[in-house]
Amino acid sequence: MLLYLTKLALVPAVAWFDVSKLPVLISAVIAVVIVLYTTYSRKSRERFKIREIAGLKAIEEAIGRATEMALPVLYTPGWGGDIQRPTTIASLNILSHIAEKTAQYNCHLLFPTHDPVIMSVAQEVVRESYARAGFIDRFKEDDIRYVTSSQFGYAAAVEGLITRLKPASIFLLGTFEAESLILAETGNIAGAIQIAGTDSTIQLSFFIVACDYTLIGEELFAASGYLSGDRSIMASIRAQDILKIIIIIFMVTAVLWASFAPSADWWVFR
Amino acid sequence: MTRKIPQIICALFGMTLFLLYFSQHPTARNLNLTILNDYFQIIFAFTLLVGVVSFVKVNLKAFERGEDRSYHLVSVIGVFIMPLLAIIWGIKGDSPFMWVFENIQVPMQATVFALLAFFVASASFRGFRARSVQATILLAAALIMLLSRSTIGDMIADQIPQIADWIRNYPSMAARRAILIGIGLGSLTTSLRVMVGIERTWLGGDK
Repeated sequence: MLLYLTKLALVPAVAWFDVSKLPVLISAVIAVVIVLYTTYSRKSRERFKIREIAGLKAIEEAIGRATEMALPVLYTPGWGGDIQRPTTIASLNILSHIAEKTAQYNCHLLFPTHDPVIMSVAQEVVRESYARAGFIDRFKEDDIRYVTSSQFGYAAAVEGLITRLKPASIFLLGTFEAESLILAETGNIAGAIQIAGTDSTIQLSFFIVACDYTLIGEELFAASGYLSGDRSIMASIRAQDILKIIIIIFMVTAVLWASFAPSADWWVFR
Repeated sequence: MTRKIPQIICALFGMTLFLLYFSQHPTARNLNLTILNDYFQIIFAFTLLVGVVSFVKVNLKAFERGEDRSYHLVSVIGVFIMPLLAIIWGIKGDSPFMWVFENIQVPMQATVFALLAFFVASASFRGFRARSVQATILLAAALIMLLSRSTIGDMIADQIPQIADWIRNYPSMAARRAILIGIGLGSLTTSLRVMVGIERTWLGGDK
């Protein structure tokens, strides 16, 4: 303890708060207040609905197709993410809904992943979904499996699963990198109905070309509220629209300001 | 209670990391690194063990059932051989571990990566069919981009690289930024939902 205090005393005097990050803090506080207000405000929760998202609406159809064909459903969250990433959490939310459906329809669900932490969380999520559906006996822990942490090893493993098992439906939802097109095209060749979504704008273009439905940008994050119908979650999605309007107003103001005062740069976040 | 404790830990660490972002103080930076590197490494190490056990179990079961035996056998041998080579001879430049890595693993990874070239061609062929006005615009933009990145583009017209740069810097960039803003806001609300406990799917559900 004494050693720690001595070390602390020897640390050069640096302010605890980095003033250069003040604009970020203000923006973050505004965003947090809006999200929390819309989430907890009862009035806000009662008044709106989410537009139809084709990719999420097709989930039921995709699982139904797999059940009718007696073929598995393959769900993978991509190689690019880990459990700290909001995209992975959003993906696991969708997985929970899909697992509940596959449990009800007695359809085989496969979940290969590159990350053992994601595997552990996904096993828990799927187990709970099967229990919620009332078919815990249908849950097989080995279906939620770790393949490898190597990017192209993972791509080869999932590609192999698709080629050998010919899943009727494939869900590619999460953070994808160069493996995205390898998986999507293999799925396409296998004749599977494919629903994809990612937070990588580069990989989105590959998914749009190779998959039947693609969740673009925020749609992936809205899925949880859309599928569960939870009013609190749906209300928090409304906050995104309010924040978008604020950002648009900010950008238009900055553009006009820059037109009349080219040397000004108060809107630049450093 | 099994849900409450992880929820509290999640909210506490989420809040701490958020606050630490706004500080350059050495103590704050050290704490940030400790949480992001050390704590996560500990969790990863334990779950890796679970992952490897699951991997071996899945492959051994499939081997027993007689499904694609050769693949499963190679996978299991690989899992045991690589750590053994590393423990016995180390991982230096001329060790057997590095030989296997450079002469077997790297070429195999390069092979899978190389498949991408063929998949890009087949996906482009499907995606660039002029079936509608939008698809025709996409096809025209793709054609200009392809020409601008090859020497033939300059030979046809000097303006082709300029048009390609304009497409990349304005319409394409505007669309990408719009998507990125949506993703950023989506990430923000998802993180907040997890921190305040509205979103509990990652814990297995509501119960």
